[in-house]
Amino acid sequence: MKHQGRIAPPGKNGREMKTAETLKIVIVGHVDHGKSTLIGRLFHDTGMIPETRVAEIAGTCERQGRPFEYAYLMDALEEERDQNVTIDTAQTFFKTDKRTYVIIDAPGHKEFLKNMITGAASADAAILLLDGVEGVQEQTRRHAYLLSLLGIRQVVVAINKLDMVDYDRQVFQRTENDIRAFLHTLDITPASVVPISAREGDNIASPGDRMIWYGGPTILQALDNFANVRAETGLPFRFPVQDVYKWDNERIYAGRVETGQVKVGDPVTFLPSGRQTEVKSIRLWPNEDLAQARAGECVGFTFADELFAERGEVLARSDDLPTTVGEIKASLFWLARNSFVKGKNYRLKLATAEVDATCVAIEERLDSSTL
Amino acid sequence: MSDHLDRLEAESIYILREAYNRFPNLAMLYSIGKDSTVMIHLARKAFFGKLPFPLVHIDTTYKYPEMIAFRDRMTKEWGAELVVGRNEEAIAAGMGPDQGRLLCCAKLKTEGLTQMIDAKGYQGLLLGIRRDEEGSRAKERVFSPRGQQSEWSYKDQPPELWDQFNTNYPEGTHVRVHPILGWTELNIWEYLAREKVEICPLYFARDGKRFRSLGCAPCTGTIDSTAATVDEIIEELKVIRAPERAGRAQDQENAYAMQKLRAKGYM
Repeated sequence: MKHQGRIAPPGKNGREMKTAETLKIVIVGHVDHGKSTLIGRLFHDTGMIPETRVAEIAGTCERQGRPFEYAYLMDALEEERDQNVTIDTAQTFFKTDKRTYVIIDAPGHKEFLKNMITGAASADAAILLLDGVEGVQEQTRRHAYLLSLLGIRQVVVAINKLDMVDYDRQVFQRTENDIRAFLHTLDITPASVVPISAREGDNIASPGDRMIWYGGPTILQALDNFANVRAETGLPFRFPVQDVYKWDNERIYAGRVETGQVKVGDPVTFLPSGRQTEVKSIRLWPNEDLAQARAGECVGFTFADELFAERGEVLARSDDLPTTVGEIKASLFWLARNSFVKGKNYRLKLATAEVDATCVAIEERLDSSTL
Repeated sequence: MSDHLDRLEAESIYILREAYNRFPNLAMLYSIGKDSTVMIHLARKAFFGKLPFPLVHIDTTYKYPEMIAFRDRMTKEWGAELVVGRNEEAIAAGMGPDQGRLLCCAKLKTEGLTQMIDAKGYQGLLLGIRRDEEGSRAKERVFSPRGQQSEWSYKDQPPELWDQFNTNYPEGTHVRVHPILGWTELNIWEYLAREKVEICPLYFARDGKRFRSLGCAPCTGTIDSTAATVDEIIEELKVIRAPERAGRAQDQENAYAMQKLRAKGYM
């Protein structure tokens, strides 16, 4: 952890990486616990759904002979509405006084797990939703496990459908205890556990008066309480080479700085090849060349020496190199229909590198549905 | 300067470079509108001022003359290779919105595009669609594989994790790549303002009307507006309640019209 204390000096020309003002939130949980409804309700209660969309949804519901369905804001596909299930993840945009949100709806049905992971992989924070009566179910556990595996540590729990039990505090507390205990085993501490009714709108945008026994934040407030995501400028400099452009008699090494920062003139090393050189210039068309590049920026480098490094190599400062290894220990979540086989050759993608990999030992195995 | 635009810009540049690295035969669809204009600007950033692949425009013959004039002037300025595709057979047979709007879109746009993809053998095609335009686009992947007839299997899309885009496909698969999928309409205008990028003049109000979304003349309506500059459009979008594509008649034809068009390869 020796790099944690390093503080980045401010950049030039107003290029300081400030905290992100947009946060991506994924809504996860078991099928039918009300994820799409929560999102639709949140948008409705904050006046974010255009009236024509409301009219379109009302028209569909009328043809189907059912009450207004908030879930149809996200469930836009005909098959999703006919079968009343979210098939694929969708993203929509939402704004509070504090910041802008990208809201990612994730399907709760087991069959569409790959779509849930697709949605969750791009999130900064999550709302884990449960039906207060049904409590912790198979996909609740699996989704929570995936959040921890994906490294999403900012989690709010919403306990839904309390209108079905007359907003009974004991029902809420029972489910709250169960989910807190389970999340504890995954090292997740929820920022808050909010009792809600997505259908009726309690504790979504405003508290309402049916759960006065609850004194915590509404869903809207819980979102605003999440911390911003920061660019990792304080970590060592790492730049995976994405491509090399051989144009106009020079080689530009293109890619994104993943962590840290580097200056013109810094001695640098490509790994795993070990080639050493010095940063000659940092390109960012159409601006003038930069003096330094920082985490989060897509730039191009030229170097003092002619070298033939390729996509997949990682550039680091020569005084702060990562360790290179041929064997790693990893947690693997296996999605494919065919089983993962020890000794078989697989293609491993890591940043922009692709290498052949073989599993030498499976040390521990767990089924995410029976956690 | 907005750091959210920095994050979006970096994401888009990363996607553009990934597509260029992965598909030897790549092209970009250029619709002349604001979204393609931003996408092209991002590509010039990604490739240090160059556009290392052709721009494809599908000409339905129903575009506004101002759009074609803008297209020709800008492609020259960028030094871009412009490829214009037309479904000549359908045009000769008199296809037009009077024969049914959705049929016209399918023939002149979808078929015009798929004919071009077949003729040129493009493996990757960059498109400037955005998730906030409408419901079926909200479900899209960044790298979206298409079948032999450009059809979209929206009920069974591959997983897409972080920036590890799926690029290993069976021979003959054609992939739609969407570099600005995560941008909103407002982001587009804020970025145009920040980068001082020129856009088609039809977007600016004249005599109390302007185009919010550009398409074919018979099927694209104006909105009431006095916004005559990019900054005024940004202010207008912050309070407007109608959706962006309300003026696009093909979207309004029936429920799920866009889903059905797009499942068959529409942009």
